[in-house]
Amino acid sequence: MSIERPSTLDFPPDAEGMEMVYCRPDTLTDTPFHYCPGCGHSVVHRVLMEVVEELGIQDKTIGVAPVGCSVFAYHYMNVDMQEAAHGRASAVATGIKRVLPDKYVFSYQGDGDLAAIGTAETIHTVNRGENILMVFINNGIYGMTGGQMAPTSLLGQVTTTSPYGRDVKMVGHPIKIADLLVQLPGAHYVTRQAVHNPNAVRKLKKAFEKSFQYQKEGKGTCFVEVVSNCPSGWRMTPVESIKYLEETMFPAYPLGDLKVPEKV
Amino acid sequence: MEEKKNKTSEAKLMKGNEALAEAAIRAEIDAYFGYPITPQSEVLEYLEREVPKRHGLVLQAESEIASINMIYGAAGAGARVMTSSSGPGISLMQEGLSYIASAQLPCLVVNVVRGGPGLGTIQPSQGDYFQAVKGGGHGDYHLIVLAPASVQEMADFVFEGFRLAEKYRNPAMILTDGALGQMMEKVIQPEEGSLPKIATPWATTGKTKDRNHNIITSLFIKPEEMESVNHQLQEKYRKIEKNEVRFEEIKTEDADILLVAFGLSSRICQKTVDLGREKGIKIGLLRPITLYPYPYKRLNELADQVEFMMSVEMNAGQMVEDVRLAVEGKVPVYFTGRMGGMIPSPDDVLHEIESIIEKQNILQD
Repeated sequence: MSIERPSTLDFPPDAEGMEMVYCRPDTLTDTPFHYCPGCGHSVVHRVLMEVVEELGIQDKTIGVAPVGCSVFAYHYMNVDMQEAAHGRASAVATGIKRVLPDKYVFSYQGDGDLAAIGTAETIHTVNRGENILMVFINNGIYGMTGGQMAPTSLLGQVTTTSPYGRDVKMVGHPIKIADLLVQLPGAHYVTRQAVHNPNAVRKLKKAFEKSFQYQKEGKGTCFVEVVSNCPSGWRMTPVESIKYLEETMFPAYPLGDLKVPEKV
Repeated sequence: MEEKKNKTSEAKLMKGNEALAEAAIRAEIDAYFGYPITPQSEVLEYLEREVPKRHGLVLQAESEIASINMIYGAAGAGARVMTSSSGPGISLMQEGLSYIASAQLPCLVVNVVRGGPGLGTIQPSQGDYFQAVKGGGHGDYHLIVLAPASVQEMADFVFEGFRLAEKYRNPAMILTDGALGQMMEKVIQPEEGSLPKIATPWATTGKTKDRNHNIITSLFIKPEEMESVNHQLQEKYRKIEKNEVRFEEIKTEDADILLVAFGLSSRICQKTVDLGREKGIKIGLLRPITLYPYPYKRLNELADQVEFMMSVEMNAGQMVEDVRLAVEGKVPVYFTGRMGGMIPSPDDVLHEIESIIEKQNILQD
């Protein structure tokens, strides 16, 4: 099942006289990602870990993995990590940060994890202004369990548990959790980004860089939402899923900063 | 060193919950995470008052679910951590406890039990015995469970709980009740700083160049791997069962009848032992101090000596099942107790014993 490919350490294998211009950062392990073709998770993993490497904080960074498709994030991210129960990543991150206040702590969760079962932990972690980075992958669906409706699924969206489309009368509107968190004074920086094209990836990287800088300065919670895709769950090709992101998801979840620190 | 010696306390009158909280500070906990619930709110209140003046960290969480997951995170980062609650809150923690047991993290959880089921009552109970010793959460795991019977033990068992939790990388629980939490007794506190810390090279403290990244997880998706983790856990539990059984015997040497009781019930039964002996009935008492691991072996030995045993509990009869397992049918095992926050009296227990003697016409020859 596993795919053999050259390790970062011996790459490029036969490239005498060639300069290496791009490689896997040391902050990613050599384990091949298990994500579906076209899925945004691997890009977000890589960007996050690039930032950890570039800031030189691998030995000071502790991550918390969620329950969901990225449950195995700790197989890929070459930093110390803890696997949290469904919904509890921000409470686990709080526990870590409170006993290791000088380390950088991040949590990484999907929409079901952060905005349904873990809503209380999400809100109270931000309300305490926990000095951590919360990464929120919003693809509007439960990927791991096979494409069920998420709290962020769009109205009318067909999933395995909303086979006739999401019905507002039954389950209400998609929850815009980042917009709610903006209201809390503990939230220092709230932004909504994407990874559907190189420009978006660059912006996401900036957002992570800023977040770690704010954490270093002890500013409070940084919340980075990534509106991402789920080709398998959406029953689309990767290319169709990018189109769906641009035409349907971004209008519901507009990209950009929702809360930026006030300039002094 | 001089300073530490001076911190050894003299006997002081303290409430059980406060004695426990003071012991936690003396055990140099790095953090306490908790949520208020009667009858144990004094633990959080005491720590919120004292910790800022001394050392460590105390945080009131938004729920018991958050508390236990903060415990998971902090314990995984190598910290000495504790939480406390009562029945309904402990029920909310069961998922987290299963994760903590599976990830093999040391921590101390205190259950100051109140009467249930449901929201129940705030009066003392032992109705959470099954939950504490048989798992409570999902999957095959055990907590190490200590049952104090005095305010002194409320303090001492904080140290003992951490010692065992850290030795075995396993969550430990103090199973006490609302009466022991609220009653005041003389207590000599353990010496501050006398609980050594065991190295935690497995903790998530930041990956340095000289080691691989540390992962705290309870997820082992391949069944072969999950089974081998289970084997590891079971091996550990066998070791705990071999080495850590603790119990106290009172007047068992010549006993014809054996009472078995833990915690507050054992205090009541001590009196029953004396009352019975005044009437010429040779009653003895075995008090399990560890509820997991349980003193099966000693009870089985005593079954060769006594006519019958009686488990006395503040519940509908939970520990009695373990007593029956222990005696393997050698002698009858009876149960008496009260439920829902009611406490049996020493006379109640004696009366039960007398009526069994009468019915069985034993001890007559």
